[in-house]
Amino acid sequence: MISAILILLPLITGAVSFAIRSSEAARRLSFFSALITLGVAIGALLPSNASILALDLPWLPVMGSRFALSMDGMSKMLCLLTALSFPVIFLASFRQSFRMPGAFYGWMLLSQAGLMGVFLAADALLFYFFWELALIPVYFLCSTWGGERRIAVTIKFFLYTFIGSLLMLAGIIYLSFQMPTTSFSISDITQAAVNSPNNTLLFFLFFIAFAIKMPVFPLHTWQPEAYEESPSPVTMVMSGVMVKMGIYAVIRWLLPLFPSVAEQYASIIIAFAVAGMLYASLIAMQQNNLRRLIAYSSIAHIGLMAAALFTSHAGATQGVMLQMFSHGVNVIGLWILADAIEKITGTRQLNEMGGLARKAPRLAILLVVMGLANVALPLTNAFVGEFMMFNGLFHFNWVVAAAAGISIILAAVYTLRMIEKVLYGSPANSDLPIADLSPNITWALVVLVALVLIGGIYPQPLIDLTKDTVEALTLKK
Amino acid sequence: MSHVAFLVPLFPLLGFLINGLGRNQLSRSMSGWIGTGAVFLSFLVSCFLFGKVLENGGSTDTLFYLIRTTDLSIPFAFQVDQLSGLFLLIITGIGTLIHLYSISYMHEEAPHHFARYFAYLNLFVFSMLLLVMGSGFVIMFIGWEGVGLCSYLLIGYWFSNPNYNYAARKAFVMNRIGDLGFLLAIFWIISKLGTTEYAGVLEGVAKLSSTDLTAITLLLFVGAMGKSAQIPLYTWLPDAMAGPTPVSALIHAATMVTAGIYMIARTNLLYTMAPFTQGVVAVTGLLTALFAASIALKQNDIKKVLAYSTVSQLGYMFLGLGVGAYTGAVFHVMTHAFFKALLFLGAGSVIHAMHHEQDIRKMGGLRKHLPVTHLTFLIGCLAIAGIPPLSGFFSKDEILAAAFHANPIYYVLGLGGALMTAFYMFRLYTLTFLGEARYHSDPAHPVHESPAPMLLPLVVLAVLSVAGGWIGIPEWMLSGGHRLEHFLAPIFAASGALAHEHAHLTAAQEWGMVGGATVAIVVVILLAIRSAGREKTDDQPASGILANKWYIDELYEFAIVQPIRSFADLLKSVLERNVIDGCVNGIGRLIHYGSRQMRLIQSGQVGNYLLIMVLSMVVFFLIWFNDNKIMALIHKIF
Amino acid sequence: MPVNYYIYFCLALFSIGVVGVLTRRNAIIIFMCIELMLNAVNLLLVAFSKMHHGAAAAGATVPSTVGADGQIFVFFIMVVAAAEVSVGLAIIVMMYRNIHSVDVNFLNRLKN
Repeated sequence: MISAILILLPLITGAVSFAIRSSEAARRLSFFSALITLGVAIGALLPSNASILALDLPWLPVMGSRFALSMDGMSKMLCLLTALSFPVIFLASFRQSFRMPGAFYGWMLLSQAGLMGVFLAADALLFYFFWELALIPVYFLCSTWGGERRIAVTIKFFLYTFIGSLLMLAGIIYLSFQMPTTSFSISDITQAAVNSPNNTLLFFLFFIAFAIKMPVFPLHTWQPEAYEESPSPVTMVMSGVMVKMGIYAVIRWLLPLFPSVAEQYASIIIAFAVAGMLYASLIAMQQNNLRRLIAYSSIAHIGLMAAALFTSHAGATQGVMLQMFSHGVNVIGLWILADAIEKITGTRQLNEMGGLARKAPRLAILLVVMGLANVALPLTNAFVGEFMMFNGLFHFNWVVAAAAGISIILAAVYTLRMIEKVLYGSPANSDLPIADLSPNITWALVVLVALVLIGGIYPQPLIDLTKDTVEALTLKK
Repeated sequence: MSHVAFLVPLFPLLGFLINGLGRNQLSRSMSGWIGTGAVFLSFLVSCFLFGKVLENGGSTDTLFYLIRTTDLSIPFAFQVDQLSGLFLLIITGIGTLIHLYSISYMHEEAPHHFARYFAYLNLFVFSMLLLVMGSGFVIMFIGWEGVGLCSYLLIGYWFSNPNYNYAARKAFVMNRIGDLGFLLAIFWIISKLGTTEYAGVLEGVAKLSSTDLTAITLLLFVGAMGKSAQIPLYTWLPDAMAGPTPVSALIHAATMVTAGIYMIARTNLLYTMAPFTQGVVAVTGLLTALFAASIALKQNDIKKVLAYSTVSQLGYMFLGLGVGAYTGAVFHVMTHAFFKALLFLGAGSVIHAMHHEQDIRKMGGLRKHLPVTHLTFLIGCLAIAGIPPLSGFFSKDEILAAAFHANPIYYVLGLGGALMTAFYMFRLYTLTFLGEARYHSDPAHPVHESPAPMLLPLVVLAVLSVAGGWIGIPEWMLSGGHRLEHFLAPIFAASGALAHEHAHLTAAQEWGMVGGATVAIVVVILLAIRSAGREKTDDQPASGILANKWYIDELYEFAIVQPIRSFADLLKSVLERNVIDGCVNGIGRLIHYGSRQMRLIQSGQVGNYLLIMVLSMVVFFLIWFNDNKIMALIHKIF
Repeated sequence: MPVNYYIYFCLALFSIGVVGVLTRRNAIIIFMCIELMLNAVNLLLVAFSKMHHGAAAAGATVPSTVGADGQIFVFFIMVVAAAEVSVGLAIIVMMYRNIHSVDVNFLNRLKN
């Protein structure tokens, strides 16, 4: 029941929002809706029996697909992340005005509904449906409200991810044909996949879809461009929540469906993921564009998660789940800051900035904290997850862990370089007016910083939350 | 069992929060006293805990669990025993003095920067306390990275200067290289033993193969190299002098840089069981001691001399650890904390008096103007040079004696380093305090002695530098003299049981060696004073390999930093843009091109359409009537 | 007469029609070629219907209507063809009025 509310609420308010002309009203409606969704998502964390959370209705009886939602620890966590990020994003962009505000907020809420659906679906066809539902609003958001090169970039992004989705759809359909009665429910699909003859092919059909979304090197090139050209709130949704779809899907679908193939190809995938980490870190080191720097840094972090996913180490998988949440919080914080910096300095080029620490001390402190979370300093939320993931990676192969560890050093290099270029030194353009963060952005960031610190000092509740998912996964083996 | 251990790091944390959040509201004196008071309260609690340790021995206090899963549990627990108790006293004690000193030293700063300074300093003390109080490797790592962060923040405290920022970043990154080694060691331990608690590791040490032991200890030592500035990761420490001088005294001399020694002392059993690593530690320490001392001979910046001296002294400590003289190393940490903090604070007093002049060629004759600073600085120099009965003499002698037992070559080289130490310290002393004044005195701002809050720490530290060594008087001098060794015995007991017993020298031989060394040191000091008095002090750019620090910075830049940057540039502008993204865009372009070509078929000529239609029909019929053969062909191919 | 002859003949007629349509540019000749193809089909239909009817009549005791449907098709085709010719000729006339030619290569407005 609760899971259905989490999807329907943004869906309905999103649809209503399209009809609104006034910017103010649309903004308030969406913020309010996002807050209620957050409340519901927090409510879902309370101990309750599964039937209150789940839902199972006939949907497409012809095809044997049901509208089945379920909510385990990982779903709860990602729903919480989704529910949490939208109010924060709305709050941070409260002062910005968009053309066609009703449509903008409408699409945003629709994508929230789609994301929720992805994290809740327990039926493969329904999962695919929400997967696309999350993608399509982003297409419209980027192509309508994006930067100068938005059309070309959006088409690339859309086609790239869409090709992946179609491969996945092909895989789902193939699997459904393998069954005596057509059904898409997760248990039946798993059964079919385990007995399916073309396991390897199917594995890669699914994996490529998820790998594009994450993204895993070398399927990542859509991401920096899309992050650069999208309007900031959309970038936050994409990097904070949407990339988690790929990781989530690997844990929810890929690993249970094809455990033996995953184990067989683990070394290759981990090699690619680790290579991608180092690759993205090195590129981030040389970036002069603030947004691209953050984009590549995000790719490097995702690379670690992708590698940890395939270690078949329970602790590492749990670390990945924890890190999904942490990375979402951190990267949204970084984007909010990047956006604010861009507004204050009027540029994205690092070498045209400088001296903001003097002009905007609040921004400076928050950027430093977020930057430190980005380098996974202990007592920030990223440390715990990365620690668990590295531990798993070490368990898998210590040479790989050592190689991946180099990215810890590189992360310090590029993050500190960014902080230094933005904040320190003397202002490159001294006649800019002094402008610190506006209160709404400050509050949004304060919420995130609080999460960063709580997650770093006392992560145990989040670790416990995902325990059931990990147990289910390890029992299946 | 007392549960007040958590108070020790709590006070500095509160100080950090108050100063950090209220920096715009607090006045200068308020934030200064809050910062100092917080550390002083910690010091009082530390004293209490130390008393408890003297009475009952060590205890562990678990606050909560940082990570607890089915196969890994990491408690957030504090362990107060002999070793950490001693470090607690050093950190909070010297920390209090340096905070007090800072109130006066930093008085020129704007109030909110002043509060920021104290916030960072308190955060540093907090992290350092976590480092030494943690009951396992992970908590130590948390503090380990935390002190690195504070070091970064404080080196770059004057953030308008790009060089300082660069130095700060360099320190952080070099530390991170070491941290990676530390982290890998932790993972190695987890994978073998499933725990990160010291107690658990020491219990399970029998389960480790010798390869494991060597690997773990080497990786831990990599971490120590970074934090404690050993070859090859030492170059950040001299650059770290960009920070305010009290910071150099606290972080880059007395406490943080000794974290590596603490770590090895903490895990001494592992090192004792890994003789190969012990050799590596000893040789690295010895090389660093000599190398840094040689550079210090030719430096002209008062703080740089002290920085290289610190690197060199840290090398001695590692030499001590490497030859199994764990007590000696910890002893030297303690005495070094006293006299090096004293020297740095003295240098700060000089810099303060000289209005931020740090070049010793532009000083001279300050003895008359700065009597207290001069006297305390002289005590510091004598202590570091190893003149009996000052503290440095006892600790250094203990390390060198152990080195002699391990390998006489170590002893000879170590003694050579000690002579160099005496030389550069007294060159520094002479150029700064003796001879004629070589600066232009500005009548409006005369050279003046520092105010009392700055002198008080100097005097306290001077007393400690003199008397601090008396708790470690060797047995052959004074029966029952080595109180420290008895105190620390529980920590090093397991190692001691494993180490093979050396043939002890007779007391007469010991006296002979010490006497000879002392005479040599005195001779070198006299030489230094004479040669420094004649040294040309014109403002010439530094030349020679020593003055240019053996060109190590240049070497790193050329051999490591530049290649990585070029490689990254290559990735960014060639591989990423042209190859990977080129492929992706290439597919798009191919389809675009293909459809452009296909478009031409739509000629608009009805005849063409008909022709295509007819041809397609023919092809269709051909396929239709030959489907069996085609399918057979397809099956043959696939 | 064996039905093969009819088939070959129709094939020849049809091919002539196809080639004519493809190669000639004069609209009227193209039209005639289309008629040729249609009539080739017609002829084939009649031939087959006769063949089937003959086969059915040979073994049956009662009168049979087998094959009659083929001839009915022929009538339909002739009717449709006649209608088509009238429309087509009208188009050709309009074409001639507009561009003073019956050359189909001038009819390439689709291209632009």
